[in-house]
Amino acid sequence: MLSKTNIFLKGFFDVLPLLIPVAPFGIILGVIGIELGFSPLVVYATSFIVFSGSAQIVLFELISAGATPLVTLTSVAVTNSRHFLYGAVVSEYLEELNITWKAILSYFLTDQSFAVSYRYFKQNITVPNKHYHLLGSGLTLWTIWQISTLMGIFLGTIVPEELGLTFAIPLTFLSLIIHEFRKLDHIIVIFTSGILATLFYDISFKAYIILATSIALVVATIITNIKFNNK
Amino acid sequence: MNWIIIFISGLITYFLRFSMISFIKKDMLSEKTKIVLSYVPSAVFPAIIFPAVLLDNSGSYVDYNDPKIIAILVAIIVGYFSKKIIATILSGLISYWIIIFLL
Repeated sequence: MLSKTNIFLKGFFDVLPLLIPVAPFGIILGVIGIELGFSPLVVYATSFIVFSGSAQIVLFELISAGATPLVTLTSVAVTNSRHFLYGAVVSEYLEELNITWKAILSYFLTDQSFAVSYRYFKQNITVPNKHYHLLGSGLTLWTIWQISTLMGIFLGTIVPEELGLTFAIPLTFLSLIIHEFRKLDHIIVIFTSGILATLFYDISFKAYIILATSIALVVATIITNIKFNNK
Repeated sequence: MNWIIIFISGLITYFLRFSMISFIKKDMLSEKTKIVLSYVPSAVFPAIIFPAVLLDNSGSYVDYNDPKIIAILVAIIVGYFSKKIIATILSGLISYWIIIFLL
């Protein structure tokens, strides 16, 4: 049987490749926050309190542009609404845990740790203490995020812009679903979501992600119904 | 004022993550719902991937032979056959750098 430490370390190693884009993104975030006129304390506090790169960018951009608090908070909520779905997806694997564990793990439920730990949960349904995987992946990501934000705040642009490291972000997300490219049903859902998000990119409140996701999930529901009816 | 907005943003983000984890009980989801939920990564991540590759900083469409498009195709092919996260990311980044720096 795997010990808690072993499962924790598995989470650590599984999330490691994803740090290639996360670390430079954290640095860029720190630089952007300072450039937009926020104090080092405020910039760092967002990495600790909000701990969500996309929402932090939205916060900096909207506050510095003078948006009203209501617009800013709506945009943050819409940007992060995908995390609501992540919670629903992993809930069945964390059901046995007490509320303290659920409260702690929720803080660490980012895109990346959700993706790697959900994959681990699916493949290890019967493993006891499998939630240590999410703790391992989440804590690793959190630590790198805090350090890289601080580096961006105090050291500035130490990653040359010419490297185009922002391109590493779509590559990371691609790597997280690349194993689904072998299944036609998933490919249909993937292209529905991707094409719609590109078409909806300009709509307000950064709603293109959740809008494209919702329609793609409707398509997934239709596919699931067809599969059930054919059984 | 900024501090209040930041704290509320933190609370919103936290409760979006926490609500479903703490709320859903096993019997509440049907088999069908669980299957639909298994599509969540395939429904969310492309909405981040496609615009980041197909649009430039100003939100206009890039050319069909843009370095990002060629590099992401390389990453898809390498990832498809290797099934490795790290190979997918590195093959995409390295082919991107080869195109912008060497060609």
